[in-house]
Amino acid sequence: MIRLVQQIAAVVWKDLLIEWRGPARLSGLFVFAVAILLLMAFAAGSVEVMRKIAGGTLWVGMLLASTRSLDQSFSVEAEQGALEGLVLWPVDPLALFYGKALANALVLFGVGVALTPLTIAVMDAPIAGSPWVYLGFLVAGSAAVAAPGTLYAMITSQARGASVLLPLLLLPLVMPALLAASRGTTVLMEGDPMDQAGGWLGLLIAFDLVHWSLSGLLFSRIVENP
Amino acid sequence: MKLAWEHYIGLAGLVLMAAGNAIGLFWAPPEMMMGDVGRILYVHVPAAWICMVIYLVAFAGAVASLATARPGADALVESSVEVGVLLNVLLLVLGSIFAKPTWGVWWDWDPRLTASAIMCLTFVGVMVLRAMVDDVERRASWSAVTTVLAFVNIPVTYMSVRWWRSLHQVQSSSSTMSAEMWNVLWLNTVALLLVSIWFVARRYRIARDRADQLRAPPLEVAP
Repeated sequence: MIRLVQQIAAVVWKDLLIEWRGPARLSGLFVFAVAILLLMAFAAGSVEVMRKIAGGTLWVGMLLASTRSLDQSFSVEAEQGALEGLVLWPVDPLALFYGKALANALVLFGVGVALTPLTIAVMDAPIAGSPWVYLGFLVAGSAAVAAPGTLYAMITSQARGASVLLPLLLLPLVMPALLAASRGTTVLMEGDPMDQAGGWLGLLIAFDLVHWSLSGLLFSRIVENP
Repeated sequence: MKLAWEHYIGLAGLVLMAAGNAIGLFWAPPEMMMGDVGRILYVHVPAAWICMVIYLVAFAGAVASLATARPGADALVESSVEVGVLLNVLLLVLGSIFAKPTWGVWWDWDPRLTASAIMCLTFVGVMVLRAMVDDVERRASWSAVTTVLAFVNIPVTYMSVRWWRSLHQVQSSSSTMSAEMWNVLWLNTVALLLVSIWFVARRYRIARDRADQLRAPPLEVAP
């Protein structure tokens, strides 16, 4: 168990270090999300509409940016057989999955945190509810995309048309999580007058529990049969 | 020439379907609130039920494929996912036709409708993935994994009408409709189930044949 935790920590550290040493990728991701935010703001037309769609816009930006980030997460492993090397080292497939998924969730959470002040400013939608619950949504929402996203990125990185296939597989699957995250974030921005944010956060956490356990289990099967 | 067993099932299904549709259209009583429009229930509800049953078969095939790596399990995934998507599209189209006269719109972002559309897209993703992978073993394991994950949303789709305040009515059962309507509904459900078994069985045979062609032929001793 301790060995597994050490391996997970090592994989997280390795992936975050790769992101840190290649800042162009991380900043590209952020700029991509900002572009979506601005496009949605232009399309909204009025301040009232912008406030209503602010939560959804933040999550659409994060979700679309995540497809680029997840795609890159495994394309770097494919270069010079790095993934094969990791498996042969031997790194436990569970540690490989949870390490990469955690690193992807942290990157996505970072994009969400950086995007928050911009969303508030551009969409004129301050967080009237609890900022801690808002942070909870960012953590749970990033995790909801990262777990199945990591599994699917592993699959699609080895298939034809990976850049098309990953969003096609991932977006419908995480739609319930996107719905919970965007609705929850929107009600928080409106001050949560009907006390609904807790319910949406609960749904998001349930989604996380199912997908983090199931994806880990299934990832081992894929690594055994790469 | 001896016909394969599934053709008899398919034939029985088609006969029952013709009878069920005729009874639903001409003999069954009109629904109290919706009148004749309510008769679409006899095809819409069976499409929903059998769609979920076929996805359940795909899930079972996927679990079996992951556990045993047998080509038959993969062929079952391929065939049932395709028939499931076909029924899912039928469900959405019939639901849309039902929605226009009853709700006044072709589509509403109601939790049940949204969940059904998501369900369709996730399984279409499995089909696209299969089309993008040439290696037989990889295709089997990857599509099994994606099918298992796609199936996770199905209980949510089924329970969505109870968990959220939905425009869509709750699941049909013998307690929500009269015995006369319930019997016609069951007749049509059995008919669609038989036809779907026919489709899955035919598609399964095609999938097995294609997979066998892709595998290397067995080594033989030189003459």
